[in-house]
Amino acid sequence: MSVNNTQRIDLKVVVDLIEPRARVLDVGCGDGELLELLQNEKNVDGRGIELSQRGVNESVARGLSVIQGDADRDLGFYPDKGFDYVVLSQTLQATRNPKAVLDDLLRIGERAIVSFPNFGHWRVRLSLLFKGRMPVTRDLPYSWYDTPNIHFCTIRDFVSLCDELGATVESATALDRYGQKIALAMPWAFWNMFGQQAVFLLRR
Amino acid sequence: MAPVEAKRARNEANDPSSLVMRFGPDRPLALDAGVDLAPFQIAYQTYGQLNAARSNAILVCHALTGDQHVANAHPVTGKPGWWEKLIGPGRTVDTDRFFVICANVVGGCLGSTGPASRNPATGRPYGLDLPVITIRDMVRAQVMLVDSLGIDRLFSVIGGSMGGMQVLEWAASYPERVLTAVPIATGARHSAQNIAFHEVGRQAVMADPDWCGGRYFEHGKRPEKGLAVARMAAHITYLSESALHRKFGRNLQDRENLTFGFDADFQIESYLRHQGITFVDRFDANAYLYMTRAMDYFDLAADHDGRLADAFAGTSTRFCVVSFTSDWLFPTEESRTIVHALTAAGASVSFVEIETDRGHDAFLLEEPEFFATVGGFLGAAARARGLDLP
Repeated sequence: MSVNNTQRIDLKVVVDLIEPRARVLDVGCGDGELLELLQNEKNVDGRGIELSQRGVNESVARGLSVIQGDADRDLGFYPDKGFDYVVLSQTLQATRNPKAVLDDLLRIGERAIVSFPNFGHWRVRLSLLFKGRMPVTRDLPYSWYDTPNIHFCTIRDFVSLCDELGATVESATALDRYGQKIALAMPWAFWNMFGQQAVFLLRR
Repeated sequence: MAPVEAKRARNEANDPSSLVMRFGPDRPLALDAGVDLAPFQIAYQTYGQLNAARSNAILVCHALTGDQHVANAHPVTGKPGWWEKLIGPGRTVDTDRFFVICANVVGGCLGSTGPASRNPATGRPYGLDLPVITIRDMVRAQVMLVDSLGIDRLFSVIGGSMGGMQVLEWAASYPERVLTAVPIATGARHSAQNIAFHEVGRQAVMADPDWCGGRYFEHGKRPEKGLAVARMAAHITYLSESALHRKFGRNLQDRENLTFGFDADFQIESYLRHQGITFVDRFDANAYLYMTRAMDYFDLAADHDGRLADAFAGTSTRFCVVSFTSDWLFPTEESRTIVHALTAAGASVSFVEIETDRGHDAFLLEEPEFFATVGGFLGAAARARGLDLP
């Protein structure tokens, strides 16, 4: 489920948002990189759900609590507020129904942490504007016909979806292409142009 | 067939060559059938040393035709233990670190009280006078054994197929006594298709005139043909179409051409006949009826008003569920049902599906990814629980 992206610059930001010893569900946990970080640095009670069987098997062999499953199909089995945090890291854009998934995240977790690549970034805009082609960049390396990312959104799109679902944005961080946080005081429009990735902390 | 082995198996039923825990009339086993079984005995094997804190015990539950000889040569067949690749010194389940217990289930035929055991009331083998045994009965007996060994909490309960059912029953009924549970290639209930296959097997046994209404010992007979057919049919369900084709194809057995008769022309026929013949030497026909019935009756959700998640409500046991892609006896979907229920109950659960074409039998074979899963899970659980292992 998670996009195999070597530049997971959002992970550190996610780790910083999580309280020690929290109960954390990582949806689309890949090979368990974030869960392992959280266990080592925050001593969390971490669980994961991952679509790729290889990711799951590797994670479990490394001692992580991970099940094979699909964010679109299997989140319904989790009880309400069973976790302090539910993390969806670089996965929202690969789900079939991002709205339903986000709704489930807000139901399952006291808080939801969502990170995603911003399709409103100026490089993306320029690529479409001048080349007239779907952008293929270092962070979004797939061609349109084989990409797992079927539901891209911009930071502004995401904020309006949060409004629609009655979610409160507790904090939001935009990261530039070097993984540096963009200064906090900027308006959404600026972030939407210059943030390559966004990390949101939500609650409902 | 092979009278020496058969005689040896017969002796094992009453006087096993393993450890035996005997429970007198004052300590009956309360059966689901509504009667007490007493006296009764449990034959078991142990491997490794129980540590001072008594915290390193792992109970291994065997499958339908398994027994307590999980990691030592079998006393009847002389073959290696059925999980010797997984369990032993330096193995995935390391007996240099863990104290491993494996007991023959009640209703079995390798030394725990079963239909081939002497009924103290009559002096004859129980036969069908033994009440029907359930998975829960087997687990209750194991609890009494574990109590007698002075162990409060098991570090893990591990088992595949019928053994996996016992693992689930342990976790549901005695959650505070089970730190980790590893149900493998199993289900929370026996499916209609599986009951159907078992019924075919039972009918084959009971249709054999040598079955004698279950009293074959007293008539100096054994329903070898019926039990062999039951085993042949069951054995097909343990494999997969692609593995059968890979191993046997349409190859002929020791001949150049078809014989236009009903001898075993094909290798697969010869193989199945061999499976049937060797099985009857080590297994009691009535015990086969009891074991299959126990699996058929298993329905964990039914014991909790139809909600499987309720069976695990509030559990702090850590689970590792394993299935195999080509297993059509307990397909992955059965494991997924367990995982969903555990998820809904808020349990800590890992779930791995192993890619293999070896069917249900894969859990008994050397599957590196399966071993890595079990090893990684147990290791992490030991660290998380601060288990002091040698």
